[in-house]
Amino acid sequence: MVRIIDRRFDSKKKSAVNRQRFLRRFKKQIRRAVNDAINGRSIRDLDNGEEVSIPSRDLSEPHFQHGRGGIWEKVFSGNDQFATGDRINRPPQGGGGGGGGGKASNEGEGEDDFVFHLSREEFLDIFFDDLELPNLVRTQLARITDFKSQRAGYSTDGSPANINIVRSMRGALGRRLAIGSPFAARLRELQRELDELISEKGEDDEDVRALQEEIARVRARIEAIPFIDSFDLRYNNRIRVPEPSTQAVMFCVMDVSGSMDEQKKSTAKRFFMLLYLFLTRTYEHIDVVFIRHHTIAKEVDEEEFFHSRESGGTVVSSALTMMRDIIRDRYAGGSWNIYGAQASDGDNWDNDSPICGEVLATQVLPFCQYFAYIEITPGEPQNLWREYEKLIGTHKNFAMQNIEEPAQIYPVFRELFKKSFS
Amino acid sequence: MKRRSRKQEVLPETSEWSLASIERYHEEIARVAANFGLDTYPVQVEIITSEQMMDAYASVGMPVNYHHWSFGKQFLATEKGYKRGQMGLAYEIVINSNPCIAYLMEENTLPMQALVIAHAAYGHNSFFKGNYLFQMWTNADAIIDYLLFARNYIAQCEERYGEDEVELLLDSCHALMNLGVDRYRRPQKLSLAKEKMRQQEREEYLQSQVNELWRTLPRSEIREEHEPRRKFPAEPEENLLYFIEKHAPLLEPWQREVVRIVRKISQYFFPQRQTQVMNEGWATYWHYTILNQLYDEGLLADGFMLEFLQSHTNVVLQPAYNQPWYNGINPYALGFAMWQDIRRICEDPTDEDRAWFPDIAGSDWRETFDFAMRSFKDESFIAQYLSPRLMREFRLFAVIDDEREDKLRVSAIHDDSGYQRVREIMSEQYNLGSREPNIQVWNVDLRGDRSITLRYQPYRGRPLADSAEEVMKHFARLWGFTVRLEKINDTGEVELLQETRIEKRRGNSDYPGF
Repeated sequence: MVRIIDRRFDSKKKSAVNRQRFLRRFKKQIRRAVNDAINGRSIRDLDNGEEVSIPSRDLSEPHFQHGRGGIWEKVFSGNDQFATGDRINRPPQGGGGGGGGGKASNEGEGEDDFVFHLSREEFLDIFFDDLELPNLVRTQLARITDFKSQRAGYSTDGSPANINIVRSMRGALGRRLAIGSPFAARLRELQRELDELISEKGEDDEDVRALQEEIARVRARIEAIPFIDSFDLRYNNRIRVPEPSTQAVMFCVMDVSGSMDEQKKSTAKRFFMLLYLFLTRTYEHIDVVFIRHHTIAKEVDEEEFFHSRESGGTVVSSALTMMRDIIRDRYAGGSWNIYGAQASDGDNWDNDSPICGEVLATQVLPFCQYFAYIEITPGEPQNLWREYEKLIGTHKNFAMQNIEEPAQIYPVFRELFKKSFS
Repeated sequence: MKRRSRKQEVLPETSEWSLASIERYHEEIARVAANFGLDTYPVQVEIITSEQMMDAYASVGMPVNYHHWSFGKQFLATEKGYKRGQMGLAYEIVINSNPCIAYLMEENTLPMQALVIAHAAYGHNSFFKGNYLFQMWTNADAIIDYLLFARNYIAQCEERYGEDEVELLLDSCHALMNLGVDRYRRPQKLSLAKEKMRQQEREEYLQSQVNELWRTLPRSEIREEHEPRRKFPAEPEENLLYFIEKHAPLLEPWQREVVRIVRKISQYFFPQRQTQVMNEGWATYWHYTILNQLYDEGLLADGFMLEFLQSHTNVVLQPAYNQPWYNGINPYALGFAMWQDIRRICEDPTDEDRAWFPDIAGSDWRETFDFAMRSFKDESFIAQYLSPRLMREFRLFAVIDDEREDKLRVSAIHDDSGYQRVREIMSEQYNLGSREPNIQVWNVDLRGDRSITLRYQPYRGRPLADSAEEVMKHFARLWGFTVRLEKINDTGEVELLQETRIEKRRGNSDYPGF
């Protein structure tokens, strides 16, 4: 007799745990590989996961083995030319074939890298590992959309699917005992009387028969007690509990003025792309507001933010005032965690920079949990940087970093959002 | 092949399989196998996806196993190879359990499924049930339960002591896994209930026992002087994990249990490592024989037969030494050829066979098969049955590579003067004892620093590979004190190869029992 079991639909991803263990164990090496990967490709591609390679030396599992040397005598197949006693030159190491073949494997670990594929999830996990939005305040908010279903004891009604059998049967048992106990006591009494009567008068007496009838009646009463009654049923009770969720909004402010050449723009875009990926992945409910500016600021959608080309002069304050207005219009009232990230080459219209500092300090930062400025410029800091530097001491929720080349995007990003910030 | 008249309808000949058609095939295969007298465990066929097949690969072919990163590594490597099409998955994994579980992969065609059923569910299955090594070292009834116990136990340890701690311990145990088997003693059989019950007892007992190693009470001076210096262990111990489980001074009870689990699982695989040629050859022989029988009965379509034969031929291909895809002797090819050869010697012996195999020439082949399958392992099977005719067919020759000589030398070939030698070397090649380094526990310094000394006895002058250094670190981690590795030279001199000191004792480990 054979049993054929179709297991195709159960226990998928059985090795998932082992896979996680592996990734955890070699996190350091993998992170290094991931770090290298970001430099080599556009951030859009990150969505596809990544081939990662780490030196196989790092993940060897050593065993006691024989090494090269000593005497090895082995049998080979397919003799086409040899007679006993023939001498053969040693084949060069690593060359397969002849006499010494097969020994290379005794040396164990090759130097090849161990290459494997990280899924998108795993890749991004490692990518954004230990990062978070600083100062995120979890507060009970006006607009609650999340409910969580949670157990809350038992109830006397509900849908049949939720019947709690143990509770119901326990109730039924108690009820049967309680309702039946007067009859049971009566039954025991009658039985005793009957026994006495029989011993006195014998089986056929009238009284005996009467008693027996009485007993039968009481028995019938007991049996009439229903085994289970709708009254006994208990249902698992579940209630919906509102789940406080965090509302947050991220302002992405990017400079697209003429002084931002293609290289800088692409660096800025990659930075924001990373930020966007991080936000959408890590936080389910988060608004992102995209503002791009040259001399005038404009709120745009994601597509336009990352892909449209436009340029002109530079008035950075236009973007900041726009951010301020949007905060006032849509995110006022203290129920939002507000974040800002601004990227620019720092080359601003001279008279505008002090205005920027002013607007930022008095009208934007007070509402923000965190505001990060990155300046993308290979050389000396520009006037906007110098203006913003003044804010560093007085505003704890403000940070700035300089990016000189694309390779720094990821380290700077990590620096700005690393978990220890508080 | 000649076909008899069709007395029955042919079995389904589509390449798409269905549960019903698999059952039909199984029915016929089981019938033929029984006719040939194959004694098997009940069969359980499980249909799985390629991903599940990779899962099974990753956990050394077992349906349940504890979690460890090395299995994840295996999975990633398999997955990569498979997805890139560099390698196909083996068409069968079969588990030595009762009932015997054979996996069928859903991507395979119907003929392949039938091939796997014959190969795994009847070939391997009967070998597992009959061979003496499996009888002695494994308990098919209990292995799944034991693995379940092992996984749960290790999961509990991870919860209690942290994943990292357990992982390090497992790393160290894995490094010594191959030297964690009993070769000669018969171990106790594994059973879940007994294991659970006794595990607690063992824990308490081991820890409470006043071990020589933990003795801190001063002895009387006088007695000490008279007492000869005792060696511990009295006899060298070849099972390193066993020695650690029983005697490592600083291990906590749960750590000993984990060492034991790794040791038991290693022991379970011990027979498989020693019966590759026999076992694979046996299974291949039977799938070939059973399916041919079905064909002769008119049950198999020609298309089925062609697909089966093509796959079969690939499996038993033995490339010559100078071909680029040569990768040693193919155990499927050698094993299959040997079983076929034994049958030929039984049924149609030549004079040469009569001279070499007086016992079996002309005997009943099924009885001979049964005896051979039950009573040998690769090493002895080859020493017993590798015939001159087969050596000629494979054109086997032996080459000696002595590091003291500048050239390799052909030591024997397939001729009258060489048959014995070639057979000996071939047999030796499958001897685990010479394939793996011989390392045993030699002594523990009971009075002094509790350091332990291992001795390596080289086989034909072969040195240890560099990996020994890493392994010794693992050994030191388990032992908790200084560990030494010595080598015995040809002259009998002892040479210290390596010493690994444990600098700091773990702070929190008090001496248990005191």
